[in-house]
Amino acid sequence: MTPLEPSPPVTARETYLNAGYSLKSWLLALDHKRIAILYFVSITLFFFVGGAFATLVRLELMTPRGDLVSSDTYNKLFTMHGIIMIFFFLIPSIPATLGNFLVPMMLGARDLAFPRLNLLSWYIFVAGGVLTMVAVVSGGVDTGWTFYTPYSSAFSNTSVVVTVVGVFVTGFSSILTGLNFIVTIHTLRAPGLTWGRLPLFIWSLYATSIIMILGTPVLAISLALVGAERIFHVGIFDPASGGDPLLFQHLFWYYSHPAVYIMILPGMGVVSEIIPCFARKNIFGYGVVALSSLAIAFTGFLVWGHHMFVSGQSVYSGLVFSFLSYLVAIPSAVKVFNWTATLYKGSISFHTPMLYAFGFLGLFTMGGLTGLFVAALGVDVHVHDTYFVVAHFHYIMVGGMVMAYLGGVHFWWPKISGRMYPEWIARFSAFVVFLGFNLTFFPQYVLGYLGMPRRYHSYPDEFQVLNVLSSAGASILAVGYVLPLIYLLASLKYGKAAGPNPWIATGLEWQTPSPPPTSNFPTTPTVTAGPYEYQDMEVPFVQR
Amino acid sequence: MNESFRLLPESASSVAASTDALYFFLCAISAFFTLLIFGLVFYFAVKYRRRSAEPPPRLAASNALEAFWTLVPFGIALVIFFWGAKLYFHISRPPSDAMDIYVIGKQWMWKVQHPNGRREINELHVPLGRAVRVTLSSQDVIHSFYVPAFRIKQDAVPGRYTVTWFRPIRAGIYHLFCAEYCGTYHSHMIGRVVVLEPERYQAWLSGTPLDEAPEEAGASLFATLGCITCHGARAPTLAGLYGSEVRLADGGTARADEQYIRESILDSTAKIVSGYPPIMPSFRNQLTEEQLFDLLAYIKSLKDPLEKRKAQE
Repeated sequence: MTPLEPSPPVTARETYLNAGYSLKSWLLALDHKRIAILYFVSITLFFFVGGAFATLVRLELMTPRGDLVSSDTYNKLFTMHGIIMIFFFLIPSIPATLGNFLVPMMLGARDLAFPRLNLLSWYIFVAGGVLTMVAVVSGGVDTGWTFYTPYSSAFSNTSVVVTVVGVFVTGFSSILTGLNFIVTIHTLRAPGLTWGRLPLFIWSLYATSIIMILGTPVLAISLALVGAERIFHVGIFDPASGGDPLLFQHLFWYYSHPAVYIMILPGMGVVSEIIPCFARKNIFGYGVVALSSLAIAFTGFLVWGHHMFVSGQSVYSGLVFSFLSYLVAIPSAVKVFNWTATLYKGSISFHTPMLYAFGFLGLFTMGGLTGLFVAALGVDVHVHDTYFVVAHFHYIMVGGMVMAYLGGVHFWWPKISGRMYPEWIARFSAFVVFLGFNLTFFPQYVLGYLGMPRRYHSYPDEFQVLNVLSSAGASILAVGYVLPLIYLLASLKYGKAAGPNPWIATGLEWQTPSPPPTSNFPTTPTVTAGPYEYQDMEVPFVQR
Repeated sequence: MNESFRLLPESASSVAASTDALYFFLCAISAFFTLLIFGLVFYFAVKYRRRSAEPPPRLAASNALEAFWTLVPFGIALVIFFWGAKLYFHISRPPSDAMDIYVIGKQWMWKVQHPNGRREINELHVPLGRAVRVTLSSQDVIHSFYVPAFRIKQDAVPGRYTVTWFRPIRAGIYHLFCAEYCGTYHSHMIGRVVVLEPERYQAWLSGTPLDEAPEEAGASLFATLGCITCHGARAPTLAGLYGSEVRLADGGTARADEQYIRESILDSTAKIVSGYPPIMPSFRNQLTEEQLFDLLAYIKSLKDPLEKRKAQE
């Protein structure tokens, strides 16, 4: 491996980073790139808070007896882990950070269509986050992130109302981001940037935005009803006052299953950018990959009932939801095959973003395949609400989504910061993440099929060996997540200047200096070709 | 170590082997595709690692290939779907010879009522080889009745009945878990299912004095609550009601199953029987889940007098 070509240091030219140093210039920023940085800082904070809760959960589960914390505390720990990771990290993660930064740049635009709305969405996000943290410090909440009724609406003695208000408020930031993206993608494309030339990252965010706009209001309504039932005892979900607890599950999953695709689709978009760049190839099956994102977004709205196979819903509903769940699996499989085919006869280099993309491919495949188990009605009767499900969705959310997020952060770090991250230590930590992840979550598949239910504070002795393995893996995983935080921050000071296009990548975002000026492009670029014409580019980093 | 480390749970019901068979098939499919993707990525990564500054060749898109890897996974998915659905229908439909057990979930215990009146908490004794139909309800929040060794799970939902069944094929003691998060001591809501040889089951049944049978408890409730004053005269007779079609005042019909009877007691004006005035008071919040089960058992035991006579002849 030859070292990277040295690039001239960042000069005194004006960039979005040195456009102002006051706190006000950040807190009132309308520049999409600065707002992306605000989001980066906030979600990183939430990620490590959520991670701290997960650490305590894994520590508790090292022994079968619940001997580290009380049952109530344990229930609050896994609840807060879920709520923070899902609503305050995974859902905003790629769209609000990389999406915010890159959507206008990839389109050749100066900014998003509604910069003020964009800033507002960050404030709403922070307000929701603060409310939720208030719930944490004022005693926490113990309903599980799923808020199942009537437990949440009539039985729990914890800060449920504050929490649902927090999540309710945050939903609006998601809706505003989705709205902003859709309008921007429709109206602010550079001359020549037709729909057929859009980068796949844009396609995936377009599909994500549709779900954000159509799904989030339903979540907001269901959580508002939970709050109303707690305060006014309106009998909607509580059977003691004439309500139906299953109605809540229908409403909740109508959003929360599509929300899974809000989390994974942007990750798929990132991987679709990374693989062509480091294989120097046009992506295989561009149209199919783009359309499969939309297919996932639409079919994803029709599968919520697969969370309810043992809830008492009709067996015929179960049949329909199972069938539709298999339908939604197909576009994901097609994407995996197309990414793999893109490698064929490529010219492949192994920089950190590509290692994360490989990791994503493997772990997403395993997560997707275990989805076939839980969608199979007869098998789900056994594995539903066990650690099998926990393992399955962590393979998708952490193995898939977080790997893609880290891959994307490394890939665009030179563009965002203007500096290179240290390559070897980054590769090392990518391996640590992959290893730690598998050691943490693979044993949980076995644990689940053995019958260990999820959300158990204490458990029968025979499950201990696998739980200890899982906790050991989690400690390795934690190292893999702390390392990038350290070296990426250090690279802001010590990193080599990156230059406009260190990867020799296609894509409009690479045709402007790093870090970009506030206006993104000196003159509006014109697009004359598809997004991944790598065969026309010089091949960098040649290894002899 | 042998005791504490295993890859499959015990297999103690008639469906366990069928569930495991589909599970093994799914494991095989998953292993194949995981190895395929890992193998291809690894092979391509080594074979096509960057060695020259020559740009790679341009490959034409292939509709045939796209169709191939869309249709093959779809075909496999269909097989899994039908297999899983067949198993699910089997698990959801109790056989007609099944014995009835009533189970109530409550924070944080399982309350079991046997047909002969015996009641247990966090223990369920059943005879080996006999199909057992479990009717579930909950007194507070949602719980889930889960016996891993039987590969069955069913939520117990407040305000309605759900049903599951199993046929134990191996004597032994098995975990009964609550699988739906239900509050502080969710992980303490653990019981055990004790599968006994038929003769030992009989011994267990007669081992301790029996509680009142649900029909009898239901019969006395039926009198003390005053039901007896109307039903048969100003209100429809309940003899032979269970399982029959009921003609409703709005012109429709309803099947008189457990859910219908429960609704008629708790929300008496929801479905009015044709030809009778809606005079019955609602018993919402006045009956415990146990009392409802007892009433249900009593009403189910009331046979149509005509049919009864036929059966005797």
